[in-house]
Amino acid sequence: MQDSNGYWAATLGLLSKILVVWFLVSYVAGILLAPMLNNFHLGGYPLGFWFAQQGSIYVFVALIFYYTKKMGEIDRQFGVEED
Amino acid sequence: MDLQTITYLVVGASFALYIGIAFWARAGSTSEFYVAGGGVNPVMNGMATAADWMSAASFISMAGLIANFGYGGTVFLMGWTGGYVLLAMLLAPYLRKFGKFTVPEFIGDRYYSKGARTIAVLCLLVASITYIIGQMTGVGVAFSRFLGVTKEMGIYIGMGIVFMYAVFGGMKGITYTQVAQYCVLILAYTVPAIFISLNLTGNPLPQLGLGGDFGGEPLLAKLDQVVTDLGFAEYTTSFRGSMLNTFSYTVSLMIGTAGLPHVIVRFFTVPKVSDARVSAGWALVFIAILYTTAPAVAAMAKLNLHATVNTAVKTSGDLFAAENSIKYDERPDWMKRWEVTGLLKFNDKNGDGRIQYYNDKTQNEAVKAKADAAGWKGNELNVNADILVLANPEIAMLPNWVIALVAAGGLAAALSTAAGLLMAISSAVSHDLIKGVFNPEISESSELLAGKVSMALAIVLAGYLGLNPPGFAAGTVALAFGIAGSSLFPAIMMGIFSKKMNSEGAMAGMLAGLSVTLFYVFAHKGIFFIKGTEFVDMVGGNNGWFGIEPNAIGTLGAIVNFAVAFTVDKFTKEPPAHIQALVESIRVPKGAGAATGH
Repeated sequence: MQDSNGYWAATLGLLSKILVVWFLVSYVAGILLAPMLNNFHLGGYPLGFWFAQQGSIYVFVALIFYYTKKMGEIDRQFGVEED
Repeated sequence: MDLQTITYLVVGASFALYIGIAFWARAGSTSEFYVAGGGVNPVMNGMATAADWMSAASFISMAGLIANFGYGGTVFLMGWTGGYVLLAMLLAPYLRKFGKFTVPEFIGDRYYSKGARTIAVLCLLVASITYIIGQMTGVGVAFSRFLGVTKEMGIYIGMGIVFMYAVFGGMKGITYTQVAQYCVLILAYTVPAIFISLNLTGNPLPQLGLGGDFGGEPLLAKLDQVVTDLGFAEYTTSFRGSMLNTFSYTVSLMIGTAGLPHVIVRFFTVPKVSDARVSAGWALVFIAILYTTAPAVAAMAKLNLHATVNTAVKTSGDLFAAENSIKYDERPDWMKRWEVTGLLKFNDKNGDGRIQYYNDKTQNEAVKAKADAAGWKGNELNVNADILVLANPEIAMLPNWVIALVAAGGLAAALSTAAGLLMAISSAVSHDLIKGVFNPEISESSELLAGKVSMALAIVLAGYLGLNPPGFAAGTVALAFGIAGSSLFPAIMMGIFSKKMNSEGAMAGMLAGLSVTLFYVFAHKGIFFIKGTEFVDMVGGNNGWFGIEPNAIGTLGAIVNFAVAFTVDKFTKEPPAHIQALVESIRVPKGAGAATGH
């Protein structure tokens, strides 16, 4: 018998963690705090502008691959991976 | 060889490639027709998704939009990429596990209701048809600009090409042509970008060049300074409306991206649940290559344009000194060529034979005073935003084959998105309406035929709408996102994450979300976009709700959808046990088979 509650709780835990990062890089760093972050620089980029037009997109890509890897581990831990 | 000949050769070769693929990838079963037999490699599917996703607007217009809005263009960059994180984690793997052919089919089964399925078909059709009008006009524009044929002729040629691979190949033909189209369009986008970045900053990577130096100081700082000196808004900081509007617009585009059926169905074509997850990652990699390049193209092309018409930009001299504005007679060749198309217009208001390019409506008194003192009588150059991408290779003085490649890339972007949308429309008709609602007993071969006939009719309809665009064609693409985000996205998400969500709640939610969105959009743009029927006073004037633009209202629509759905759900009876078991089963990957229609 699979521990489906445990599996789903682990999945939701992972999703929440990722969505927090997703929100922080785009909405917080890229929009809400962008004017403040623009006082700092990354090379020639004002930092808030960099998050908005470059950084957030890189983080999005990384998040999906991180999710894929972690979900694979959770699948195996609970024995629900595909054959 | 002259430019026209090379362009015909390159574009012709790309079309021959698409048709060759179509011949090789004919669909023989409904499974091949709807989901390419469910056997597409996840990396290939990522590429096809990227081509499906990036339309003529992404390819031709987005960099220009960003150049115009500066920081404000961020809503498109984050909105059209961040949605993939939602799609990858919240929808794609579960819908793949569900293992059917279409999005309305999931909604119909999960909410055990033909009514819910029909509402979903309706939302899908409205979203996809509004979206495809923009693509067909894009096809026409791309053909007429690049190949010198009329827009009408361009649309007929485009219809013919799509007909060949979409009708015979279905999803299978579309998938593999999209892979080829992605390669063409990304090459066409990045090659000129690399050269303009090298020219301006000495760095071949546009993403790094944008943070690099131009003539000894940071390029972005230079651009900020030049545009503010000329009375424009500061490039790196200007918000689009308020912060709340920027926020809401971004959310609306993200959830719209995740809820657009023609994108979701791409994830039905991979063999396994784990493939659906990683495929979304690859899709975003391929999309990000263009989306991180676009802001570099935008800023660099904008600075380059200013530097071309005002030599003081490069020397950091006085922008208002008479001799620094270039003489009209000495303008570069590419400006002459694009003047012919009307996308670039010069009007010598003060009659000095030189081009003055600045913001004559600025509120900045110091800039006004300087312009007056210099004898400037108003801005003399009007630049259509599309020029920044279209003329980029010429501005960077690249060889003719690169210009021809950009033509092929623009056409690839328009055709690939149109084909994906046509697929979503025709499968909604043949699978959800004909088989799902009207004639469940239809045989597989009849359904395949119905699919092909629906596809052919959808192409004719799209062509007709492209040839006779209803007055509202501009701006409808944004509406498609609002509709998908406020109706389909919440319904699918609740179907997976809330076991207790019932049919009454989901239907009431979809209708409420859709109504709020349409109400606000119609208030600004007219009922069904008919001019003269606007009722903007009823929503408190332009952008009356919290200063939010109609294009950004999908966020509020989605919130209303969730709220109504949970409220109605509370007062009606919970879904039957077998539906709750179905939700349990789609949550785990184990046991996913190939997608089936049964």
